[in-house]
This record gives sequence, C-alpha cells and structure tokens, in this order.
Amino acid sequence: MNLRMVWRKGLNVVMLTITGACALVTVSALFVILGFLAWHGARSIHWSFFTHLPAPTGEIGGGIANAIVGSGKLLLLAACVGVPIGLIGAIYLAEYAGAGFAFIIRYAADLMNGVPSIVIGIFAYAIIVVSMHHFSALAGGFALGIMMIPVILRSCEEFLKTVPRSLREGAMAVGASKWKTIVTVVVPAASGGIITAILLAMARVAGETAPLLFTAFGNQFWSRGLNQPTAALPMVIYNYAMSPYDDLHRQAWAAGLVLLGLVLVTNIATRLVLSRRTSQAR
Amino acid sequence: MGTVSTVAGPEASGSRLWVLLRRLRSGDTIAHSITFTFASSILVITALLVYELWIQSGPSRAKFGWHFFYTSTWDPVFGQFGAWPFIYGTLVTTIVALFMAVPLGIGAAIFLSELAPPKLSRGLSFVIDLLAAVPSVIYGLLAVFTLVPLMRTTVEPFLKKTLGFLPFFKGPAYGVGFLTAGIVLAVMIVPYIISVSREVLLAVPQDQREASLGLGATKWETTWKIVVSYAGAGIMGSVFLSMARALGETMAVTMVIGNQPKVSTSLLAPGYSIASVIANEFAEAAGNLHLSALIELGLVLLALTLVLNGLARLLIVLTSRRGAGVAR
Repeated sequence: MNLRMVWRKGLNVVMLTITGACALVTVSALFVILGFLAWHGARSIHWSFFTHLPAPTGEIGGGIANAIVGSGKLLLLAACVGVPIGLIGAIYLAEYAGAGFAFIIRYAADLMNGVPSIVIGIFAYAIIVVSMHHFSALAGGFALGIMMIPVILRSCEEFLKTVPRSLREGAMAVGASKWKTIVTVVVPAASGGIITAILLAMARVAGETAPLLFTAFGNQFWSRGLNQPTAALPMVIYNYAMSPYDDLHRQAWAAGLVLLGLVLVTNIATRLVLSRRTSQAR
Repeated sequence: MGTVSTVAGPEASGSRLWVLLRRLRSGDTIAHSITFTFASSILVITALLVYELWIQSGPSRAKFGWHFFYTSTWDPVFGQFGAWPFIYGTLVTTIVALFMAVPLGIGAAIFLSELAPPKLSRGLSFVIDLLAAVPSVIYGLLAVFTLVPLMRTTVEPFLKKTLGFLPFFKGPAYGVGFLTAGIVLAVMIVPYIISVSREVLLAVPQDQREASLGLGATKWETTWKIVVSYAGAGIMGSVFLSMARALGETMAVTMVIGNQPKVSTSLLAPGYSIASVIANEFAEAAGNLHLSALIELGLVLLALTLVLNGLARLLIVLTSRRGAGVAR
C-alpha cells in the first residue's frame, strides 16, 4: 500500500468519525437541555404553583395559574383562526387546485412560515390592537393563529394526498358528489393525520413569546373574557428570567419545565401515533 | 340535457339555469369556491402583511429615508432614529451562528444520511426534530442562567488569553454579547440545517454513490466529492433557510445579547439586534415616530427573510427534483 493510499484511508476514517461526532454533539444538546430544566425546575414545582396567582413583586411564592389558563385561551383562539384556513386551504390544494396555482399557494405558505414571529406580532398589532386601542387576548390569539396557518396547510395537504385514489373513486361511483366525497370519505380517512398536524401546530405556537409581547401583553391577574390583556406561559418565563429576584428565577425554571414538557410530550405522542399508523397501513 | 338545449332559445336558457341550479344543489361549485377563498386568503394575508408594515412605517421612511440604515443614533426622546447598530448586531450574531452551525449541521446530516444504519438514523432524526420544537424562550432561559456565567468566568477569559491579539476578542468579559448570542443561535438553527440537508442528501440517486465506489473511491471521497456536491444547491438552501431563522430570532437573542445599541468589533462586547429592539421597545414606544421606526425595522427583517426563504425554497425544490428525475 503506497503512501497516498494510506492518506486516503486515513482521511476516510477521520472525516467519517468527525461527522459522527457532529451528530452526537447535536443530539446530546436535547439531553443537556432536558437535564438542566428538570434539575432546576423540579425543585420549585408543587401544587400551589399551578393553582395560585403570581405573588406581588418582591414577595416569595405565588404561582402561574393565570398564565396557564391564558395560554390555553390564546391557543384556542389561535386554533379558531389557523385550523379553518389551514385545513380548508389544504383541501383546496389537495382536491381542486391546478398545479400552477397550487405551487403559488404552497410557496406563499412556505414564505409565511419563514416570517419571523416578531413581525407577525407587528402585523397583529397593526390589524387588531390599533383598531381596538388596547392589548387583548384576541390580538395575541390572532397572531398565533396566523403562525399556525402555513404549518397546518402544508401538513394537512400531505395527509390528504396519502388518501388512496380508489376510496375517492369508490365514493363517486356510488353517486356521491365531489364535495360529499371529500367531507364523508377523504377527510375522515385522513383525520388521524389532520389531528396530528393541528396538535403539532399548536405545540409550535404554544412556545412563541415574541408575537405576544405587544398583542396579549401579559397580566398579573386573571383576565376576563377575550378583550383584556392576558398572561401566557412563555411570556412569564421571559419576564421572570429577566427579573432580578431569585425566587422568580426559580419559578421561571419551573414554568420552563412545564412548557417544555407540554411541547415535547405533544410532539412525541403525536409522532409515535403517526408512525405506528403509517407502518400499519403498509 | 344536450337534446333539450338545442331546441329553442327561451327553453335553452331555462335549462341552463336548471343545470346551474342542479350544480349548486349538489354543492360542488359552492365547495370549490369556498375552499378556493380559504386557500387564496393565504395570498391575501401575505400581501396584507407587507402592505401593513409598509404603510405603518411611512412616517419613519419619509423622515429618515436611506439615512435610517447607516446612522447610529437611536434616541426616542429627540426623535432621532438610525438603525445601524441593530442591523450590525443582527448580521454579526447571524454570521457567528452560521460559522458554528453550518459545519456542525452538514457533518451531522452526512452522518445521518450516508453512514448511520437506517434505524439509528431515524431515531436520531426524531431527536433532532424534537430539538427544533423546543421554544426559543427555553433556549434563552438556559442561556441566561448557564451559558452566560460560563462565558463570563471561563470561555471569554480563555479566548482573550489565547486569541486576544485579534480585534474580535478584546474588552471586558461581560458574559452577554455578540458571541454568546451567536452561540445560542447556532444551537437553535442546527436542527433546521440537519433536517433539510438530510432530506436533500437522501434524494441523491443511489447509482451516483455506487458508480463512485465502483471506481475505487473511498466512502468519504464518494460522500464529499459526489454526494455533497450533487446536493450542493439544496444544502445551500438549508443554510439560507436557517440564516433566515437566525436573522428573525427574537427571545433567546434578546435575553443574552446585552441590549446596548453599540457597534463594536469585539465579539465579547454587548450589542443589540433588530428583533430584540422591537421586542423591548414596541409596547412602550414613545410616540408615533418611534413606533414607525420600529415597524420599519420589522419591514427590514421581513424583506430579508422573504428574500432568503424565497431563494432557499427554490434551491431545495430544484435539487430534489433533479435527484428524483435522475432516479427515474
């Protein structure tokens, strides 16, 4: 074996090892994140953390009950905006659209997906906060809903397209019109995937902070209705982490653990269900 | 129907109406137009987004013109707004992030697509997808309490001792600053680079690899010279995509960049970014001009990310089409 061959083989081994190391480093990041959050967060989670309002500034204790409810409220509002537009748009793309127009819509959705969340926040501010003259849960939910649209649209379209053509043809052969076929056959057949897509989109926007800063704004107390500023979990984490009090830092870790737990559990559960489903189908 | 409509004028128009009614009752026309409306609303929202930001930033654009981009005074009290420190901060942190994330991400993507057994590759990709799902405020939280102290006590003094002769590593070690923000951004964008690059690499037809291996190239030579160069445009796309993410990333950066509108060569110095200044000042903006200057910053961000994303998507689509085309 000449020197050049030795060099080539050596380079082969070295570079392949390096790529493995790259993968290892990246993947271990998740476990570092989980580890730190569990370590710091678990110490300050107890029942009252979930049931109490925040304590007045500077006092020890208090909880994040209003933020949890606020986040739930914002997510529901977001789903009201994002799910109909995303799902029905996806039905159009999968069932009706010609190739050219579908490409344009998909492209626009991908562009929208890449718009920074803070810019979506400005958009919601300009559309809703300016016309209502005050911050509100409505504006926050609208911002999150806009962010959900492209995610739901793209993934629902994929799932609708996996419905076999024979099902559609079968329904039409027994005399169903196209929209009846879609409503009673195609959408139910893809319903598992559609629910997954919606849950994943909600998990994604649940952690968004930036678009809420000047739409939902935050609130120390319960917010009544949809017309008032409301607290949200990610905003609480941000505010507490940047505050000068040790007790709030502790609560920020705990809230972080709750948020990350919710997001990861949703992700893992839906993905597992989905992969089992597809492997069964095959 | 055809036979009826050929008979006479009035009856024909009646039958046409009847056809229309029947189609309406069966609902297909309605369903078509409703779904069409919802789908096109995505185009409308995108257009409205650009329009709103353009209109709302009007006062600032009219007053400062192009000066907005290269002057450095940001003074809400006297109504003087120059965005250069923020643009500079955004660019520097993004470059630092790409510098670290691109090699790491492409390396990991190569491992996942070329080397790892399919089962391991799927498992690791799952973990990487989860990483991409971690909210940015969580990255910020971790960075504030673990990375920043580590940078202040260990990493930055070390960098100053070893590389202190470079202009990039001068000045006191605060812990917060361009470098710390860049590192956090790098961790955040690596998952995107990996998952998109992996897709593109997997789309490279198998016969390309076999031909190269058959000619006696080593696995690495095949991977680097054949597979990676074949997928080059798509990998470039993944880099643009993650660059757009890094430019617009708000919370994590805001928490660790130091929030001082200064332009410094040193990466250890605190700075500010476009997204951070919007996050910090928007809700408490002093007056119309301040607000409109912040919205103009948002417009800059929007324009940058639209261009980068547009390019990236085109590159990715082109590469995967090429791969699929050859494979068939």
